Amino acid sequence: MTAEQIIFLLTGVLVLGSAFMVVTVRNLLHAALWLVASLFGVAVLYAILQANFLAVVQVVIYIGAIAILFIFAVMLTRRQLLESGRQTRSSWWIPALLGLLILIGLVSLILSVPGLDRTASAMPVGLDTVQALGTALVSPDAYVLPFEVASVLMLAALVGAVYVASVDKK
Amino acid sequence: MQNEWLYIGLFLVIGIIVPVVPLVFARLVAPRKPNKIKQSTYECGIETVGDSWVQFKAQYYIFALVFLVFDVESVFLFPWALTLKQLPLFVVLEGILFIGILVAGLVYAWRKGMLEWV
Amino acid sequence: MTFWNNPINFIGNWLTGVLTSWHMPAALATILLYIVGIVVMIIFAMTLDIGLVWVERKVVARFQDRLGPNRIGPFGLIQPVADIIKMVIKEDITPAGADKIVYNIAPVLAATSVILLWAILPLASTIYGVDLNVGLLYIVAAGALGTLAIIMAGWSSNNKYALLGAFRMVSNMISYEIPMVIILLVPTILANTMSVKGITQAQSGMWFAILSPLALLIFLISAIAELGRSPFDLNEAESEIVAGFHIEYTGMKFGWFYAGELLHAFTFGGFMAIFFFGGYGGFFGLEKLGFLTWLNIPFVQALVFIAKAMFGYWVIMWVKYSVPRIRIDHMLAFNWKFLVPLSLVVLVNTAVLNKVLITLPSWLYVLGMFGSNILIGWVTIEILRAYGRKQRKAGEKPISPAQPQEQVA
Repeated sequence: MTAEQIIFLLTGVLVLGSAFMVVTVRNLLHAALWLVASLFGVAVLYAILQANFLAVVQVVIYIGAIAILFIFAVMLTRRQLLESGRQTRSSWWIPALLGLLILIGLVSLILSVPGLDRTASAMPVGLDTVQALGTALVSPDAYVLPFEVASVLMLAALVGAVYVASVDKK
Repeated sequence: MQNEWLYIGLFLVIGIIVPVVPLVFARLVAPRKPNKIKQSTYECGIETVGDSWVQFKAQYYIFALVFLVFDVESVFLFPWALTLKQLPLFVVLEGILFIGILVAGLVYAWRKGMLEWV
Repeated sequence: MTFWNNPINFIGNWLTGVLTSWHMPAALATILLYIVGIVVMIIFAMTLDIGLVWVERKVVARFQDRLGPNRIGPFGLIQPVADIIKMVIKEDITPAGADKIVYNIAPVLAATSVILLWAILPLASTIYGVDLNVGLLYIVAAGALGTLAIIMAGWSSNNKYALLGAFRMVSNMISYEIPMVIILLVPTILANTMSVKGITQAQSGMWFAILSPLALLIFLISAIAELGRSPFDLNEAESEIVAGFHIEYTGMKFGWFYAGELLHAFTFGGFMAIFFFGGYGGFFGLEKLGFLTWLNIPFVQALVFIAKAMFGYWVIMWVKYSVPRIRIDHMLAFNWKFLVPLSLVVLVNTAVLNKVLITLPSWLYVLGMFGSNILIGWVTIEILRAYGRKQRKAGEKPISPAQPQEQVA
């Protein structure tokens, strides 16, 4: 059990435990904060994989923007609704069973992939991952079209949000 | 490589312990005599009026949305910025196209009055 | 590698030697050394923080034409120690109905998010924590944690003024993060790296403040807004909503909010020094001259860095104590309608000119970059003046022709 594996296991417990708390905690704001913990765990996973850029971008975008958006959305609700209401429906065992079946199916599918216990090839020394990512994003024979389409996608999101908000304002 | 994040991880752990130590010390040293008046909500020295909850202005949410789109855009621009030295001029034009599309979005939000506070 | 050249690694190697001679496994020795280094760095930051309390109070006093603390110790130098002792022994009052766990975590998170910035701050060419190759975004990420701490503080206080202050402060901080991140792209393009140490080293030829003064100005404005200091301090507008999101905090918890804000301001002064004024590097390459090579000793570089950071902090304090507070709608309009388009224009200008002019001799390059910034600044001021003129004309009442006066009999 190398140190890396121990850290990975602890981070996995953090991510999954926080995700479980998100869906079971009663107070909506606490659920949003558990989500922040889960997202931070994912950033730690990226750091373990030496994907520096993705790790900091995860914190900047997910925790710095999306989690704050969630918290603002939670605060738009009336305070009484935050802590009342039943947690489970009477037939909760059906989705639980379905979830368990899907979990078993996924695990067996992943385990059947050949070469799963092969160690990853070492990264070439001196590779600047961010610069490689940048070159991939702007080269015409790499991913420049998805790069530009991403901006169009964000424009669509912005226009949609502005439209929905302006309808509400009237 | 691995050592960088190990250092930052240790920094985070110690960075959490350092503020906690004086707080624990204060808990041991400071007096604790809570009474109802001391623990009441502060509202400029008078009794509180109404619920301690305000209607959240929807405008805050819209600003957060616009911020989100621009945050993602600026994060996309970081890898682009690192390639400018090696690659020819058309890479700069690709970036300008990217920025231009999102500036169009900002102008749309501006004209629709989404950037007003009232 | 001597002690003067590379103090941290020298001491590290010596300690590793000592520890392995005591039969400690190498990995454990490395971790122990990291912990020692981290504790030293944090103690340095905290000591600086304590000194900053004194600096802040003396400077604000002088700006307001009074003396400031001068009773405790010579020139009031022991004042911060008295402040800390006072804060620790004050009673810790938790308001009724507060969300206890979140209420207690918020000041710790606010202080941690500032301390984390010191992991990548290079005090000298060989005195720094780590040289992360995505250092710039790491700075933004640590700021995001601070924003979260403010929401947690405002919400858990069970006080509508704390909540209002927290909403305003967070809207403020996230809005001004956009021009800051866009302007941080300018040093990235000019230095072709995101690592903080790399940006410092790339300025050995010419400081980026000269290559792009507009970027410096926009970074200064957005940094002041990020810190939540005047003129952007709606969150703790003492005359409006008392102390904003930290109304209900007492004792050392308030102390961490306050000390965290001061240290954050100084750290941003340090970043201004690194990104635009050459960091620990000295003056325009003068240190390469024969008689000035002592400027390359890491300890002297650290002093140079702290002097430049103090200058940045001084500018931030100067703005705070000279300019009145700005209303929230003006603040947000200024950001989204002025700073964001301006910073995008500066970014595009830098990207294009950097590519086009890089082949020219260096003085032409510097002139071109500086001149383009001045041009953009002039055009912006002309646009603002035309807009102001139009607004004034629309507001003027039409002058009616003179009425004949009635004769007084």
